[in-house]
Amino acid sequence: MLNSLGREIPEFIEGIGKLEPFQGALTKLRKGWMDEPTIPAPNKAYLPHQSKVCKTLEEAIIRCNPHNGMTVSFHHHLRNGDILLVQTLTILHNMGIRDITLASSSLNECHDPILPLLKDGTVTKIFSSGIRSELGRAIALGVLDTPVVIHSHGGRVRSIHTGKIQIDLAIIPASAADCEGNATGSTGKSAFGSIGYAVIDARYAKQVIVVTDNLVNYPCIPLSISQNFIDHVVVVDSIGDASKIATGTTRITKSPMDLRIAKLAADVIEHSGFFVPGFAFQVGAGGASLAVAKFIREKMKAKGLKGSFMLGGITSYCVDMLNDGLFETIFDVQSFDAVVSNSLLNNRHHIEIPAALYANPFNCGCITNKIDVVVLGALEIDVDFNVNVITGSEGYVRGASGGHSDTASGAKLTVVVCPSFRGRIPIIKKRVHTIVTPGETVHVLVTERGICVNPMFKELEENLRRAGLNLKDIRDLEIEVDTITGVPGPLDYTDKIVGIVEYRDGTIIDVIHQLKEKK
Amino acid sequence: MKPKIAAQSGTFESSDVIFLIEPLPDNSGRKLEITSTVMQQFGASFNLIVEDILNQYDMTDIHLIAKDKGALEPTIKARLETAIKRSLDQQEGTLK
Repeated sequence: MLNSLGREIPEFIEGIGKLEPFQGALTKLRKGWMDEPTIPAPNKAYLPHQSKVCKTLEEAIIRCNPHNGMTVSFHHHLRNGDILLVQTLTILHNMGIRDITLASSSLNECHDPILPLLKDGTVTKIFSSGIRSELGRAIALGVLDTPVVIHSHGGRVRSIHTGKIQIDLAIIPASAADCEGNATGSTGKSAFGSIGYAVIDARYAKQVIVVTDNLVNYPCIPLSISQNFIDHVVVVDSIGDASKIATGTTRITKSPMDLRIAKLAADVIEHSGFFVPGFAFQVGAGGASLAVAKFIREKMKAKGLKGSFMLGGITSYCVDMLNDGLFETIFDVQSFDAVVSNSLLNNRHHIEIPAALYANPFNCGCITNKIDVVVLGALEIDVDFNVNVITGSEGYVRGASGGHSDTASGAKLTVVVCPSFRGRIPIIKKRVHTIVTPGETVHVLVTERGICVNPMFKELEENLRRAGLNLKDIRDLEIEVDTITGVPGPLDYTDKIVGIVEYRDGTIIDVIHQLKEKK
Repeated sequence: MKPKIAAQSGTFESSDVIFLIEPLPDNSGRKLEITSTVMQQFGASFNLIVEDILNQYDMTDIHLIAKDKGALEPTIKARLETAIKRSLDQQEGTLK
């Protein structure tokens, strides 16, 4: 069956179940409730003064009744410094456990060592918002029989509520924890800031292990994760490579191309009609995205304009803007550098939020619904403004859905920034390889070669035209870029589906087919 | 023509290509080793450009190594022509 974007979606996939095709960004939400029932979270009982502390991770895992077919979950707040996901799966592998479903909030390059476990049947199914590197290549080439499920950060919460993801064991690394499992990421030598993505795992997993390299006296403050959901506590020497978890401050790019794009994007925001006192703002941490914040900061200072809140993945640059008094509040679901952890710990206006509050579409209103302006990147965008942030031009899985579709659907103004081509590969396509974010939620594309407004948004186009900005039809820009780079040859695919991309409401927006590599 | 000396041009930077040329014994023909980050999409186009330029200079008994990181067509041509001219000892201003 075709979804509303014209992508062929199978009705049923072995190992996944029945699929519902995407029918529009807000179609399911208009009802006011979610039809799928939610499953109850487990209820447990502990005796007074019963000890939760285990000597080793292995001991804690044994206490959690590991079994074939179990689902194990992780958070990705340690980014590329994480070592516990690989350790945990290796322990389970050594115990002879097979057929594991891996439900990590995202996967990074540091998780490449689990590739042999995908090949030998230890891990047979994956839910994640992102997959990259060797793992992403192997998945595109069909290493797993069951397709991986790519979800957004908000969609992951919904999947756990509905039992699509039923977590048997959650491993929650924390940079500080106490003997009862109260835990945080905002202090300690391995501090990583907000632990927002793990909150839902703690609430819903049948067994929860907090792993820390920094056991503090009871109670651990702040209670980012609270003891009433934690079964076991393990103290290890290290939860990860601190140099890859979070260091110093995030610098603004010096790339002239990114800066040009960012400057144009800031001009777009300024004249969009949404750059008004009290506006809410989110930027990504990537090159051009973050650089937009630099120009917006200058414009806010010049105009004496103050915003309401910043949201999302938070960098030191956002913290600087909070400290400058340009915004009143930061809502932080994920922190990107060491300075952010300090701010999160010490500033009352820097608030840690769980993924559900950040972006779950099925509650009484997530914070992404309150965004005025969001700036996002893209691996590819097509002439209908659909955005791909999951598969690369060579066909590998090499990105993350993350909060892309969540924030785009909530924002009054979604600005996508990207170069018009990278290397020799055009970024603007007639049709993106994989849709993650639907074009109806993308208002404007900004590239170094011009600004393209989605024709659905006439008023925005009029505002920008009146400000004298250089607007181009996206179809013209697509042809212009092809003339420079040449038209890339098509990739070869088989009929086998290796990945399905869930929209935040649980419907299927696209599928990823197995790649055939040319010799 | 055959190369007189080993020569190179280009860089390993993104959007650029590096060419390395060395002479081979007589009657060896052409030995090409081409790798590219965009081989899947532009492999055929890259090979054609290289063949074309080598034919223009009627090059033979040449070992050519190309490592491409997504260079545009004019870049590929300019880098290869420079490498050939250097290998023929015809390019002025080349550091030796």
